[in-house]
Amino acid sequence: MSTTPAHHRVIIIGSGPAGLTAAIYVARASLAPLVIEGEPSSTSDQPGGQLMLTTEVENFPGFPEGIMGPELMQRCRQQAARFGATFVTEKATRLDVSERPFRVWVRDVQYTADAVIVSTGARSLMLGLEEEQRLIGHGLSTCATCDGFFFRGQEIAVVGGGDSALEEAQFLTKFASKVTIIHRRDQLKASKIMQERAKANPKIEFAWNKQVTRILGDSSVTGVELTDTVDGSVSTRPLTGLFVAIGHKPNTDLFKGILDMEDSGYLITQPGSTRTNVPGVFACGDVQDHTYRQAITAAGSGCMAALDCERWLEAQH
Amino acid sequence: MSGSIVTLTSSSFDETIRSSSTPVLVDFWAEWCGPCKAIAPVLEQLATEQAGKLSIAKLNVDDHGSIAERFGVMSIPTLILFKDGEIATKMVGARGKSHILDEISPHLS
Repeated sequence: MSTTPAHHRVIIIGSGPAGLTAAIYVARASLAPLVIEGEPSSTSDQPGGQLMLTTEVENFPGFPEGIMGPELMQRCRQQAARFGATFVTEKATRLDVSERPFRVWVRDVQYTADAVIVSTGARSLMLGLEEEQRLIGHGLSTCATCDGFFFRGQEIAVVGGGDSALEEAQFLTKFASKVTIIHRRDQLKASKIMQERAKANPKIEFAWNKQVTRILGDSSVTGVELTDTVDGSVSTRPLTGLFVAIGHKPNTDLFKGILDMEDSGYLITQPGSTRTNVPGVFACGDVQDHTYRQAITAAGSGCMAALDCERWLEAQH
Repeated sequence: MSGSIVTLTSSSFDETIRSSSTPVLVDFWAEWCGPCKAIAPVLEQLATEQAGKLSIAKLNVDDHGSIAERFGVMSIPTLILFKDGEIATKMVGARGKSHILDEISPHLS
């Protein structure tokens, strides 16, 4: 049953660093934004975004001793609330920007807005193997901080070659007896400092030029089948935990056919701005960035979206 | 016990599950688990709203790992609904209230 639509000048969809920075700026412009922040989830599309699943964040400026991801996001949220942003702890289920005011639904509750800022970020990519659905939570995981605890003294692996993969592997050595980093190339993408730490860690091993082609196990993970990306040879490795850290997929299913996006799903914004193809709809953060994807670049683009949005609203009169 | 969340221990677990007049939703959690904290307010709301039809209990896997192991919990949060002493349904991973309700409602009278 639809209730009377609640109207806001600006609705922000998504509440990671981009959405919350946009919320701070929009709120300070006296535009009292409504932030549709997402609902609890273990897959990085929840309130607070991807940083909710990390531990120490050492590269966000302003924190020389580092800060815990969830704490950083909690502070951003508090800051936005302080200036007048309000929150709905749900996921947006539908969007209609074909006419004004724009409409955003959370199931059968409709909200209307004069402008919308999209900051739905990205979620963890899976390997795309059939057995993943069955084994997730049973030895297969995308969250080291959630599940590492259960692999005390065991041999496990992390798939991936970027900073996330190395950070997860590093964290997991607190519990596991051995962590193998499985990467499909012979070079890591990660930052130099993370690479050095991983190589210096006696519990971390590397399986180079390997792709996971099957995850073995019935009720829980017992091993993986690896295919060499250079010579095609196949091998099996016994392990009881597999953490997938191969990258992210933008959360843009909601915008298919509504906002222009690349084949990969990333929203297209006009160069040097956060404007999408629909006037009055702006996109910021990982949802439109496949190049940088850092919390600080997301926060920066959230500010840009707020300013673009504010100026656009002013120009409507 | 209406509307409040019970804290379970290794020693109180079996008795609590067995003696409950309503189904019991057990939340396996830990202090360092972000998604566990995210669902805590959701479970508080459910405890109040479903009082009399459902009991909610929490088990800290850090302190009581043996219980977690017994039920094959390898990822948290894990929510297990016990009805008449048996497992009725199991949910691995955080999720919103409506999803939890969809999953447990068929088992509540």
